[in-house]
Amino acid sequence: MITETTAKTATQNACRLCNPLGACLAFKGIEKCVPFLHGSQGCATYIRRYLISHYKEPIDIASSNFNEETAVFGGSHNLKLGLKNVTQQYKPDVIGIATTCLSETIGDDVQMILREYEAAFGSDGPMPEMIFASTPSYQGSHIDGFHAAVRSAVKTLAEGGAEKHLVNIFPGMISPADIRYLKEIFTDFGLPFVLLPDYSQTLDGGPWAEYHRIPKGGTPRNAIASTGSAAASIEFGSTLEASKSAAGYLEERFGVPRLDMAMPIGIRETDRFFEIMEKLTEKPAPEKYLDERRRLVDAYADGHKYVFGKKAIVYGEEDLVISIASFLDEIGIVPVLCASGGKSGLMRNKLGELIPDMEEKGIKVRHGVDFVDIENETAVLQPDLLIGNSKGFTMSKKSRLPLLRIGFPIHDRFGGQRLHHLGYRGTQELFDRIVNTIIEQRQNASPIGYTYM
Amino acid sequence: MEAKSIYQDPAVIKQELIDKYPSKVAKKRSKSIVINDPETIPEVQANVRTVPGIITQRGCSYAGCKGVVLGPTRDIVNITHGPIGCSFYSWLTRRNQTRPESPEHENFITYCFSTDMQEENVVFGGEKKLKVAIQEAYDLFHPKAIAIFSTCPVGLIGDDVHAAAREMKEKLGDCNVFGFSCEGYRGVSQSAGHHIANNGVFKHMVGRNSKPAEGKFKINLLGEYNIGGDAFEIERIFEKCGLTLVASFSGNSTVGQIENAHVADLNVILCHRSINYMGDMMETKYGIPWMKVNFVGAESSAKSLRKIAEYFDDAELKARIEAVIAEEMPKVKAVIEDIRPRTEGKTAMLFVGGSRAHHYQDLFSELGMTTIAAGYEFAHRDDYEGRQVLPGIKIDADSKNIEELKVTADPELYNPRKTEAEIEELKAKGLEMNGYEGMMKQMQRKSLVIDDVSHYESEKLIEIYKPDIFCAGIKEKYVVQKMGVPLKQLHSYDYGGPYTGFEGAVNFYKDIDRMVNNPVWKLIKAPWEQAETDPLEASYVTQ
Repeated sequence: MITETTAKTATQNACRLCNPLGACLAFKGIEKCVPFLHGSQGCATYIRRYLISHYKEPIDIASSNFNEETAVFGGSHNLKLGLKNVTQQYKPDVIGIATTCLSETIGDDVQMILREYEAAFGSDGPMPEMIFASTPSYQGSHIDGFHAAVRSAVKTLAEGGAEKHLVNIFPGMISPADIRYLKEIFTDFGLPFVLLPDYSQTLDGGPWAEYHRIPKGGTPRNAIASTGSAAASIEFGSTLEASKSAAGYLEERFGVPRLDMAMPIGIRETDRFFEIMEKLTEKPAPEKYLDERRRLVDAYADGHKYVFGKKAIVYGEEDLVISIASFLDEIGIVPVLCASGGKSGLMRNKLGELIPDMEEKGIKVRHGVDFVDIENETAVLQPDLLIGNSKGFTMSKKSRLPLLRIGFPIHDRFGGQRLHHLGYRGTQELFDRIVNTIIEQRQNASPIGYTYM
Repeated sequence: MEAKSIYQDPAVIKQELIDKYPSKVAKKRSKSIVINDPETIPEVQANVRTVPGIITQRGCSYAGCKGVVLGPTRDIVNITHGPIGCSFYSWLTRRNQTRPESPEHENFITYCFSTDMQEENVVFGGEKKLKVAIQEAYDLFHPKAIAIFSTCPVGLIGDDVHAAAREMKEKLGDCNVFGFSCEGYRGVSQSAGHHIANNGVFKHMVGRNSKPAEGKFKINLLGEYNIGGDAFEIERIFEKCGLTLVASFSGNSTVGQIENAHVADLNVILCHRSINYMGDMMETKYGIPWMKVNFVGAESSAKSLRKIAEYFDDAELKARIEAVIAEEMPKVKAVIEDIRPRTEGKTAMLFVGGSRAHHYQDLFSELGMTTIAAGYEFAHRDDYEGRQVLPGIKIDADSKNIEELKVTADPELYNPRKTEAEIEELKAKGLEMNGYEGMMKQMQRKSLVIDDVSHYESEKLIEIYKPDIFCAGIKEKYVVQKMGVPLKQLHSYDYGGPYTGFEGAVNFYKDIDRMVNNPVWKLIKAPWEQAETDPLEASYVTQ
């Protein structure tokens, strides 16, 4: 029997990225924040390059530029100097500091260094807020870094107080388009909210009519402060445990109820999300969204014959894979393999909650795997399509299977940051793309082809 | 000729660039920002560590070693020893095009092997896991060679990748296993990694196979990494000219080629920065002279081919090369004639690489465009000022830690291809034998030369000069374009290329034409245009 995880010791063609990348991405969703990596400059450069190739926006990440001496004697001096220079150049409200495997290996006590820094320079005038996330790349993956940074942001800034008419939304690692859609939903419900992190503008904005060191947008510092007095927090992510999440912290510290759910993809899960919204506002969903839902149901009906019974392999971050699989199940596509490089150990159970009969349907779950493992499964499972990020391209080319690009990173196509995945609108977009992928495959494979349906 | 005089005094501009910095940083940066004079060539501070918190274009030693130098060789299995990020980020980038002889031939470039270190490996050591990883890679592919690349934590926890490599090489028998201590904190940029890679390739690969190569004019191509298929165009030209390419370091190369490289009679160097060590070491050990060439630019390519012919001093070769140039050039000229009226007089800035900021100036001048400011990302003083400054370069703490191999003439294989007198004669004919004049000699007076330009400085430069095109990498691309200036990626070519040779030059001219004359820029108001075209609004702002 193939193990649920991998049989190999080394990793070939990884299906996950490293911890600090996720933290940098989350920090980009805080207003006037500069992400700062404590380690070698190469980490900042690689991560910038990688994020930029997906978002196609400027992304500045500072670094403490370790050299051999720093690596031996500790990074305190470099970190302080770096913070000072970033403060002077960018005048940020916030500096988001994440560690790397280098600073974690030598055991730098970043929090102590930050206290020293504040003691030394605090009297020079207002100082940016320092948010620190420990993100050693030899643990977990980019998604852990993402959540660590979000949790750290609320831990640093959230204040308690009398309950406000306000709901927190921690959507996890979603696209800027998804973020905009969520904000639209909250606005249309008339429900005041704090969405963290909000990189919808910083990572997908317009040309600059004026010079600015830090792009506009992001969750403001004082908005994060108010998360502690919100009426509730909604948090997406099936495998995200309260002990590691922002909403979990707020519940524990300030008693803000945590309403956690899977990422709302597909009609059923989106209905769940809208039910929560209706409950929180004591109002029915705006007609606009009922319309979106009706159009989606209509599309399901019109497209069912093209997709029903098809088989797909889904890979990527665990939470995204789980929600996509649940949506595929809803439209009659069998997610024959749900794979992730993530290792939360919760994937099977969480997917089972959404698809109780997954065993009978022949849905396989594998975690902690790489693309070689997935590729080997492809040969056996013979799916009709692959769904995941750009890194599946080689596999798709070799196996001649169409690849539907979702999530992150999408660096071999244009507009990855503008793809929708969530809610009725995101599901509609995904459904249309899936149907068209299958039709295109058939059309191209047919000796004659057909030109209208 | 002077850089366009419509600009302010470059000394004023320089002051403006460093004004915002704390005084210590300003002092340091002012040594790296230099006003050029091709006659006297002022000193440029280069290859010094970037100040923490100043956002740089530079990468790390690992990137230079694994990504740049070793990455493009298709039949080595490269294993990154460390946590997952580093191998993921260096996986299958644009440098890694290759053309195996057939689909059955080995090509591991699409793979990304990592020991994927976990916390327990950092605490208890990762050598055991590394050895298992080598064994797994071997069992899977039976490759000719496996290379191991150390990332930051490896050096700190004391893993001996070289001992692990030796042990596995012995155990496997028919696989050449070797390691690189290219931890990201070594040196000041990817340049350190190039040097470490040169040393390793020289020690562990070159000279292993002395089978004579066929052909009369045998050369190695050094410092060409096949970005956008550049190597394919150079190979096409070499073949047409009757030049035998023994080995490429390392675009579109194989292990077998590199092991056999010492049978060539000339090393031609494109990227001086990343591979000059190899040229020097092969000269000392095997007696193969090296010569600086440039295949970026049609005229430059023709010139480089003529230099190669001059080196071999063979009438037949000279005639054949002239025939090739005569055949290729008219196509190039026709395109220039069409495009040049639209590009003439426009300005460019290049801040990229360790040789690209120099080489690409040739292509721009072929289009009638002026380079008003340029600089490298990770070069040294010799790449700016010329190799004559080498003896005077101070070795700082960062460079001292990079091993200098002690190379001597090989008792059996040393065979000087040219006598010293012959070399001098070639130099007198204008060939850059074992030498490089650097970038500044070619640049105009009063143009700006800036090493390791910071994010902040590049934005400031754009504001002041308003260039028609800015050349850098993807990290700079979107910030420059936000200001309404097109950015040409010269690391990965925005999926364009090749840009070498004659066909490459044509590709480049067309791409530049499309970029600088593109209608979309009319839709974007640059910050400075805002102020000029909308004085009314501006007056409200200042009320």
